[in-house]
Amino acid sequence: MDVQALQLKSVAYRKTILEIIKQSGAGHTAGSLSCVDILNVLYNHVMNVSPDNFTDPNRDRYIQSKGHSVEALYTVLWDKGFYSREALATLNKYQSKFIGHPTRKVPGIEQNTGALGHGLSLAVGTALAAKKDGRSYRVYTLLGDGELAEGSSWEASMTAAHYQLDNLVVIIDRNTLQITGRTEEVNGLEPLEDKFAAFGYVVRHVDGNDIRALIDIFEQVPFIPNKPNLILAHTVKGKGISFMEDTVKWHHRVPSDEEFAKAIEELDSAEVKLKAAV
Amino acid sequence: MELVLGKPNQDVFAATLLELAQHDPNILVVTSDSRGSGKLVPFGQTLPDQLVEVGIAEQNLVGVSAGLASAGKKVFAVSPACFLTTRALEQIKNDVAYSNNPVRVIGISAGVSYGALGSTHHSLHDFAALRTINNIDIMVPADNYETRQAVLAAMNHPRPMYLRFGKRAVYDLHTPDTPFEIGKAIRLREGRDVTLIASGETVAPAVMAAERLATVGISCRVLSMHTLKPFDVEAVQQAARETHAIITVEEHSVFGGLGEACASILMQGGYHVPFKIVGIPDEDTVTGSQAEIFNHYGISAEGLAATAQALLQVEQLS
Repeated sequence: MDVQALQLKSVAYRKTILEIIKQSGAGHTAGSLSCVDILNVLYNHVMNVSPDNFTDPNRDRYIQSKGHSVEALYTVLWDKGFYSREALATLNKYQSKFIGHPTRKVPGIEQNTGALGHGLSLAVGTALAAKKDGRSYRVYTLLGDGELAEGSSWEASMTAAHYQLDNLVVIIDRNTLQITGRTEEVNGLEPLEDKFAAFGYVVRHVDGNDIRALIDIFEQVPFIPNKPNLILAHTVKGKGISFMEDTVKWHHRVPSDEEFAKAIEELDSAEVKLKAAV
Repeated sequence: MELVLGKPNQDVFAATLLELAQHDPNILVVTSDSRGSGKLVPFGQTLPDQLVEVGIAEQNLVGVSAGLASAGKKVFAVSPACFLTTRALEQIKNDVAYSNNPVRVIGISAGVSYGALGSTHHSLHDFAALRTINNIDIMVPADNYETRQAVLAAMNHPRPMYLRFGKRAVYDLHTPDTPFEIGKAIRLREGRDVTLIASGETVAPAVMAAERLATVGISCRVLSMHTLKPFDVEAVQQAARETHAIITVEEHSVFGGLGEACASILMQGGYHVPFKIVGIPDEDTVTGSQAEIFNHYGISAEGLAATAQALLQVEQLS
């Protein structure tokens, strides 16, 4: 899929994310908006995953460790054809399969996540299985930056390097905010590149909201044979909606009617601009 | 009848697993610097590609095991029960049970196996913690035969499972033709007066207590409740119908384990029989070997026989 088409998809995804959050009355708004471009490129350009091959042992895997940004994932999987828009509209409703964190009850979801610091070990195990079985699939996992305070992520990182998992791609949604405030004020993470490099990753930086840059970085995987790949994706929390961008309060705030209308208006004009550019 | 001492259950676990893994390359053992205490050194030497070492990192042990299982591997995640079911409880709950990745979670040197090493190394909470988690079965084999049968059963079990093994040699209790089924208690001794329902390494002292009680004319049924989940409700209710008192015995806190599971079944089933839970009380556990700790808390032929006599006395008076 070409860059413009993907950019248009990102705009549409942002609308859907806001719609389902608004409709269900709950959701992790800003974190979903920060990571949705990454998911867009992964599912529509990088990974060989679709409803048709989801039981194929050779499919690529995506494990979302930052499970709370589930609205982005549910939106992209709906667009991939895993389920209907009506099904997606049941998000958080009584007896819905669509829980507020990823669940395998929903088609297309690889692992149940939501407690932070779990995704990387799951991804390491899945990537190690590929090595054991001589399969060529890759395992992609998305971690929030705030969740890096969980020690389990660093345990898993040691194992990723020890078993030389160059089929593992760890993406950090480095939006610099967590629920309490700036990551560097809550419990400083930096220097992240040095830390990850010291743990044995090959580290690359990317603008995590730039479709072209994301395509480019994923095409470079594996960065160096026999080493796990780590992408520090510099993103903006709340990306795409001016009044949500880079603000703590939108972590899990649901837009009011007025805010929702304004956000959709902004996305409509982004869409018009993109189409004009084509 | 004199009981014969067998091997430690975790030795039998490791030997059985090696035997099976030699015919199935899909079987993997994942260890957290625990292959020595798990008696898995021969496994690692014989099948190095089927042993995954993650170092002293129990959370990662369980998470990696869940990932491997999700990709179709038959995974045995082996670590001392004390660390595995506490440090990695969230991984067991979410990555194994909730995500339905059928890992066989193996708690070794369980209960008070480590004896005088103290409470950091005891697992007296694991039944209670895991019983409350949906979608993980719990097995606690009593002897070498039950251990082998449990490992064979676990191999084809479609759901996550926790198996708990001790490190001391245990008495052989069963003949090789004893039927074994997950979730079905085994009746080791027939009796009419009192039933001892025991699990794991407390079954042998229960059997010895039954022998002792027989000499004073008390007829004692003994059940090996090797599966705590799914639970053999009928065996407990039958004991309440057919005998006059029930004593449960476990190498676990008296809270939340076998005893309270039985109490719940009896109360909700409307059975009112004299009933006693024997286990490790809610206190700073006494220092000693496993055998000394058992004796201290009455998990012995003498202690259990005395408990039974006292309980029957109560029943006769009322």
